[in-house]
Amino acid sequence: MGREVEKQQQQQPSEPYTVEQLVAFNPYNPDILHELENHVNEQVSAETYNLDANLCLLRLYQFEPERMSTQIVARILIKALMAMPAPDFSLCLFLIPERVQMEEQFKTLIVLSHYLETARFRQFWDEAAKSRHILESIPGFEQAIQSYAIHVLSLTYQKIPRTVLAEAVNVEGLALDKFLEHHVTNSGWVLEKGHSKGQLIILPPTEFNHPELKKNSADNIPLEHVTRIFPILG
Amino acid sequence: MASNYDYGDHQQQQPPSAAPPSSDVAYDPNFVPDSVKTFVVHLYRHIRDKNVYEIHQMYEFSYQTLSDRLFKDTPWPSVDAIATYVDNDHVFCLLYREMWFRHLFARLQPTLKQRIDSWDNYCSLFQVVLVGVVNMQLPNQWLWDMVDEFVYQFQSFCQYRAKMKIKTEHEISLLRQFDQAWNVYGVLNFLQALVEKSMIIEILEREKQGIEQFTATDGYDYNGGSNVLKVLGYFSMVGLLRVHCLLGDYQSGLKCLRPIDISQQGVYSSVIGSHIATIYHYGFANLMLRRYVDAIREFNKILVYIFKTKQYHQKSPQYEQILKKNEQMYALLAICLSLCPQVKLVEETVNSQLREKYGEKMTRMQRYDDEAFVVYDELFSYACPKFITPSAPNSDEPLINYNQDAYRLQLKLFLYEVKQQQLLAGVRTFLRVYSSISLGKLATYMEVDESTLRTILLTYKHKTHAVDTQGKIISNADVDFYIDDDVVQVVESKSSKQYGDYFLRQIAKLEGMINDLDRVKLV
Repeated sequence: MGREVEKQQQQQPSEPYTVEQLVAFNPYNPDILHELENHVNEQVSAETYNLDANLCLLRLYQFEPERMSTQIVARILIKALMAMPAPDFSLCLFLIPERVQMEEQFKTLIVLSHYLETARFRQFWDEAAKSRHILESIPGFEQAIQSYAIHVLSLTYQKIPRTVLAEAVNVEGLALDKFLEHHVTNSGWVLEKGHSKGQLIILPPTEFNHPELKKNSADNIPLEHVTRIFPILG
Repeated sequence: MASNYDYGDHQQQQPPSAAPPSSDVAYDPNFVPDSVKTFVVHLYRHIRDKNVYEIHQMYEFSYQTLSDRLFKDTPWPSVDAIATYVDNDHVFCLLYREMWFRHLFARLQPTLKQRIDSWDNYCSLFQVVLVGVVNMQLPNQWLWDMVDEFVYQFQSFCQYRAKMKIKTEHEISLLRQFDQAWNVYGVLNFLQALVEKSMIIEILEREKQGIEQFTATDGYDYNGGSNVLKVLGYFSMVGLLRVHCLLGDYQSGLKCLRPIDISQQGVYSSVIGSHIATIYHYGFANLMLRRYVDAIREFNKILVYIFKTKQYHQKSPQYEQILKKNEQMYALLAICLSLCPQVKLVEETVNSQLREKYGEKMTRMQRYDDEAFVVYDELFSYACPKFITPSAPNSDEPLINYNQDAYRLQLKLFLYEVKQQQLLAGVRTFLRVYSSISLGKLATYMEVDESTLRTILLTYKHKTHAVDTQGKIISNADVDFYIDDDVVQVVESKSSKQYGDYFLRQIAKLEGMINDLDRVKLV
C-alpha cells in the first residue's frame, strides 16, 4: 500500500545521491538510515554540520526505535550544542524519547546545555572537564563553545573585564594573552587598561551592544513586498 | 499534569459503536433511502459535468442536511448499495467511501477493521490521483477535507494503537497482520508524493515569476484540466506541517510549509479550515522554536480575521472546530506574550479578548514563581497538538498505555525552557525603572551576587535574541540594555510608526478597487 509508493520513488537512476539530496527528496525512507549515520560521523571528523540531515535521522530513529544508536544520538547532540546560539539542541531533544534522555550520558549533555543556555560558563567548563571522554572525540568542540560565549558577551557588553571574559572562554594566563591578541587582530577587539581591576576589553560595536547603531528596522520593508506593487505602478 | 487534557477523538463522550448497533433502528448497509439515491445521482452528474459550484453546494450543504436528518448516529449506506446508481464508477466510489468513513469517524467509534479499511481506501484514492487518470474539478473545501481527515485519522490511529492495555487478542493479531495500515512511512510518503507529483512547488515558483496562474484562479483549472492533483499537493504541504508537529519535529514542519507565503492570501486561506490549521501549526512550531515574535504576529492576524468573519460560518459544520481552534490560539498567544512581552504587536480587538480570557492567568505566568508553571502547564496542555508516538508497539513489551508519552515529553521540554527564562521577568522590572544602574546595586536589589547577576543578564540577552531561519540574530527584547564594564545602561525603546507597510497595503487595496470598478459594465 504505502510502501508501494516508496518503491516507485526508489526506482530511479542508480547514481549515488548526496545526503543533501536524500534528505530533500526522499527523507521518509528507512533505507537511508545508515547513510545518515555515516554522515553524522563525517560531520564530526570534517567539522561540518547539517541540522536537516540529523533531524531526519532522529525522526527515523523515532519511527524504528530498535535501530537507534545512542552513540550516534550523543554525537548529534554534541554537534547541536556546538551550533549555539541556534536552538538546535532543543530541536533534537524533542525527537528523542524520554527514557533515552534518562541515560547518564544524555543527562550530562542536557545539564551542559542548560548551563550554556543560562550563560553559566564557569559551571559549564567545570562539568565539561568531568566529561572529557564524551567531548574529546568531537573536534572543534572547545572552539565552538568559545565562539558562542563570545557571541553572548558581544550582545551584552561594550566593555568587559578580563576576568569575566577569561571565565567565559575558559582560557587563562599566557594562553589568554594569545587569545586576546588573536581577536585584536582578527575581530576588532581593543584592549584598554581598566582602573584597579585590571584589563578591559572593548568589544566591536554592533546594534546589540550599541543602541545608537540600531537601524530603525520597524520601517524596513523587504524588497519582495515592494516588488508586489511593481505591476500596479508599471 | 493538567487533568483536562483529553485524548479522546473529536466527538461526543460515549459514541455508539459502529458495529451493528443494537439501538432502535437497526442499520442496514444496503438500504438506500430515496433522498440518498437522488443525492448520489446528482453529485455524480455534477462531477462528470465539472460543475464545481453545484458540487460544492451538494458537498457542503445537502450532505450535511442528509447526515443530520437520516444518519445522526448510523453510517451512510454502504458503497456497494449506491454503486449501481453511479454506473459503478470506480473513482466516484472511492470518493463516496472517503466521505463514508469521515462520517463514521465523526459520529461513531470506528472499529480497528474499519480504521484499516479506511486506510486502504485512502491508498486507492491517492494512487488513482497520483497516477494522473483523474479528470475532475472538485471544490477546494472537499480537497482540503480529504487531506485534513487523512492526517486526523493517522493521529487517531496512533493514539488508539498506543492504548495497549485494553486491546483484545483479536485486535492485537489484526494490528500485527496489517502493520502497513497507517504506518508512519506510508502516511508521510503519500503526502510527499502528492507534493512532488503535483509539482506544486515549481508551480508556485513560476507564479512568483509571473509565468503561471494558480492562486489567481484559487487553484482551479480553467483550461479543461483537473485541479485535484495540484490542490491536493498544495494542501499536502500543510498536511506535512501538521504531521511533523505531531512528531515534535518543528523545524522540518516549517520547512515543508515554506513554499507557501503566509504573509499573503493564497489557496491556503481560501478554505477557513485550512487557513486556521496552517496558522495554528505555524504559530505553535515557532513557539517551540522560540521565535515568539513570528508566532505572535501570525496568531494576531488570524485571531482578528476569525473575529471579523466567524459570524458567516455559524451554519457551517466546521463552526465548532473554528471556535475550538480560536480558543486554543488565544491560549498560545497568552503563552507567547508572557515569554516575550511585545504587546504592541497585538491589535486592540485581540488584546481585549485576550485580557478577558487570560488576563489573570497572564499575570500569574509573568510572575515566574512555581505557581506560574502550573498555568503554563495548563495552557500548553489545553492548546497543544495531540502528539503521537509513531512507532508500533514492541510485541515483547508489556501491554501498557503509552499514548501520553509523546505529549509528556513535549510538555516537559517546554516547561524546561520556561524555567530557564524564570529570572528574566525580574530583570525586566528593574530595567524599566532605571536608565543606568551599577551591577553591584542591581545585584543587591535582585538579591543575588554579582557574578550570578552577570549570568542572568547574559541569559536575558541570549533568550531575547533569537536566531531566524537565515541564521541572523533578531532581537525581540521589549526593553534592552548593554553593559559598560560594571554599569548597566538601559536602552530607551522608541516605538515608531510603520509608514512603509501602511502605504504598500493601501496601494494594493486601491488597485484592487480600481480593478473591481473596471469590471463593472455600464449599460
